[in-house]
Amino acid sequence: MDQVPETKQKVKFYQTGTFTVGNRLLDDEERSVQATIDRSNSLDSGHRACQGCGEALGARFAIDAVMRATNNQMIAANATGCLEVFTTPYPETAWSVPWIHSLFGNAAAVGSGIAAAMKAKGREDIRVIAQGGDGGTTDIGFGCLSGMFDRNDDVLYLCYNNQGYMNTGVQRSSATPGAARTATTMPVGPEPGNPFTVGKNVPLIAMGHQIPYVATASVSDLHDLEHKVAKAMSFRGARYLEIFVPCPLGWGSKTCDTIKLARLAVETGMYPLFEAEYGEITGATKIRHRQPVNDYLKLQRRFAHVFKKDNEHQLETLQAIADRNIAKFGLIDAERSKI
Amino acid sequence: MKQQPVTQTKPFAITLDVGTSLLNKTGSWRTERPVYVDRLPPCNNACPAGENIQSWLGFAEEGDYEAAWRAIMGDNPLPAVMGRVCYHPCEGACNRAELDDAVGINSIERFLGDQALKHGWTVEPGASTGKKVLIIGAGPCGLSAAYHLARFGHAVTVHDANPQAGGMTRYGIPKYRLPREKLRAEVARIENMGVTILHDSRIDDVLAEKTNGGFDAVFLATGAQLPRRADIDSDGQVPLVEAVTVLRDTELDNPTVLRGNVVVYGGGNTAVDVARTAIRLGALSATLIAIEARQDMPAHRFEIDEAIEEGVTIVNLRSIQKINGPTVTLEKMVRGEDRTPEPTGEYETIEASVVVEAIGQNTDVDALNDIEGLVAKNGSVQVDTAMKTGADGVFAGGDMVPSARTVTTAIGHGKKAARNIDSWLQNTSYQPADKHEIAEASKLNTWYYSDAPRTIRPMLDVVRRTSGFAEVVGDLVEDNALFEARRCMSCGNCFECDNCYGVCPDNAVTKLGPGKRFAFKYDYCKGCGICAAECPCGAISMVPEEI
Repeated sequence: MDQVPETKQKVKFYQTGTFTVGNRLLDDEERSVQATIDRSNSLDSGHRACQGCGEALGARFAIDAVMRATNNQMIAANATGCLEVFTTPYPETAWSVPWIHSLFGNAAAVGSGIAAAMKAKGREDIRVIAQGGDGGTTDIGFGCLSGMFDRNDDVLYLCYNNQGYMNTGVQRSSATPGAARTATTMPVGPEPGNPFTVGKNVPLIAMGHQIPYVATASVSDLHDLEHKVAKAMSFRGARYLEIFVPCPLGWGSKTCDTIKLARLAVETGMYPLFEAEYGEITGATKIRHRQPVNDYLKLQRRFAHVFKKDNEHQLETLQAIADRNIAKFGLIDAERSKI
Repeated sequence: MKQQPVTQTKPFAITLDVGTSLLNKTGSWRTERPVYVDRLPPCNNACPAGENIQSWLGFAEEGDYEAAWRAIMGDNPLPAVMGRVCYHPCEGACNRAELDDAVGINSIERFLGDQALKHGWTVEPGASTGKKVLIIGAGPCGLSAAYHLARFGHAVTVHDANPQAGGMTRYGIPKYRLPREKLRAEVARIENMGVTILHDSRIDDVLAEKTNGGFDAVFLATGAQLPRRADIDSDGQVPLVEAVTVLRDTELDNPTVLRGNVVVYGGGNTAVDVARTAIRLGALSATLIAIEARQDMPAHRFEIDEAIEEGVTIVNLRSIQKINGPTVTLEKMVRGEDRTPEPTGEYETIEASVVVEAIGQNTDVDALNDIEGLVAKNGSVQVDTAMKTGADGVFAGGDMVPSARTVTTAIGHGKKAARNIDSWLQNTSYQPADKHEIAEASKLNTWYYSDAPRTIRPMLDVVRRTSGFAEVVGDLVEDNALFEARRCMSCGNCFECDNCYGVCPDNAVTKLGPGKRFAFKYDYCKGCGICAAECPCGAISMVPEEI
């Protein structure tokens, strides 16, 4: 995995390139869905997510991009979790797309069922999305998800990863990073909050199913995210896209720092952005300005204890994890590998 | 089972209006509200000519060079000249320096100025007001005032004592920094607007000329040509001359005294100009004696560097005490605590064929003493904030009033004076617009700007520089001028990057369309502050709500 090509073609030089949401100097095909005046706003105003919610943002980014890729012909199945609770308190809904409620653990199965129904009706032009948070995906819904991958059902599964059960009071999930404090993993003395030796990497597990497409994305890199959604929709069969969505409430961060944290997670190497086809990694998004993990951790109260005296080993372990990601996924070109 | 491609755009299965969350006005959660603001870019703030630099860079980065040039012309009538001779304080203030390098504003201005000359773009004078204004001095300040007054529709006559217009830009700045055809062409453009410029026309009695010519107002812009003299004990065997005279004689192709070992006394740009001119005229050596330490010299860094490249020797922390035959005695100085050079009582000598003094100039105020009400002191004319002297209807600007004495300041004075003269002629007073808060680097989110090092302008080879007066600094070509313009970060002013519109988790920003910017939906904005944090140029401010 040492030489991986970049996932995106370089654009011509402009003032802000494709780093900003829009850019009046870019050609039409290089512009993002979010920059268009008539974007779908699939997840509209008035929802009850907390201030600065990364998940609400990630869901709009992803579903708007799916709407464009499918010419608005899509159905979404939604796992129980923050995303469902804050968007659909009866009788209101913030969704302006066809959307179906499911249980905490069976969104992937509901998606599979809809896809089968569409096939039976001869309406395979209507594309199916299943979506949920990391708890409903990596823990509770994991059996249904693996089954969907196994059968290669024609569903794109979107996992909004905010690294814990935020809706029910910030409990640990199998996507919670090492050392993070949650309601169920409180740090005590030199012991980290969440132990370093547990958890799972679902994107890599999804690759193990040899499905057509697996990718990770971040709300801090919109063009990369939209590119990956469009790419996913160009395949038939089971696809998995995990989107990194900071949670100000669960992470103890400032509401205005949501994008900044997502950017720092990428730039420190804590959350590698890559894509894979049929079980093989095909590209990684390069780190633009590498940062030490401290810059990312110190903005979050869930990591406050790692900066305490005698807890230096926790900080070192987190930096080592980031360094390993950078080496493993080729996140930095060789000549720029020093901080 | 194959289906026809579906062309409908209404979402599948949506038939009834749902109970929408839009009923839930989440704006009530807010404790701070985002507000779009315009902040003053540091480049605009630093420009002595008051150019709206960010605005014309905006046109240039889209390739609309004529619009960019016209935006410059709103403030400065001589872009091709200023793109060469301005010491660009704008670039010193540019926030981009914190990211990589300052935007090469000066080189783009020069490119635009040259484009205008190439394509023959012109500016129309205003509709005639019937008022007449007399201007004394066709230097940059007088020319600037003449141009702006012509745009207001006033009839302008400029008198200048020299054979050609341009003032210090012609008789003080050597050709290798400002090719004369550029100056001539920009002056001709002003004349074509109906401004009359009379050469070799020294006015000794300003008030008589005003009365005889039927002028309604007078603008004095005669500059500062009287050389200051150092107290040097000389036996007169080698010539001791003044920098302004030497530069003027060079311009007029008069035989000049810059031969043999030329010693120039002074640490400013004029001193450097004389030394570099001496090299070009074939002097055996050119030595610059500066009383200041190298880092304290008033001359600009790049001028000093270019001079050293061309073979000028710079001796710092020395003062000239006396000249005996060809021997010049120098006293060594040390750099005092407040950077003031202090004498040490130690001496050394060097040989000179000619010594040129370049330690500054004063205004010839004697000729102005007859004007009633006009106050001149410390070698300059006193004016109020409206550039008006104590005499009725007499305004003054440029090097002759207390100022930074740069060409750019002179251009700015000309504009300011023209605005005030125009108001005075209409019996009103000019009210400048309020200045916005400055867009400091700390207000930007520079992560979003592409990595882009500055475009370096080509330099003429040293051998060719030292053997003639060809222009030293080359042009940007269109490709790199465009690249350079696009490095502007639009500090403090929305450039419609759509970031706020994109990053709002509550979809609480409305995009109003190209050129119309954005509006917040305060019914739904929860006040998280992401838009302000992620605005690249610092055009959103978070303001506490009254609770």
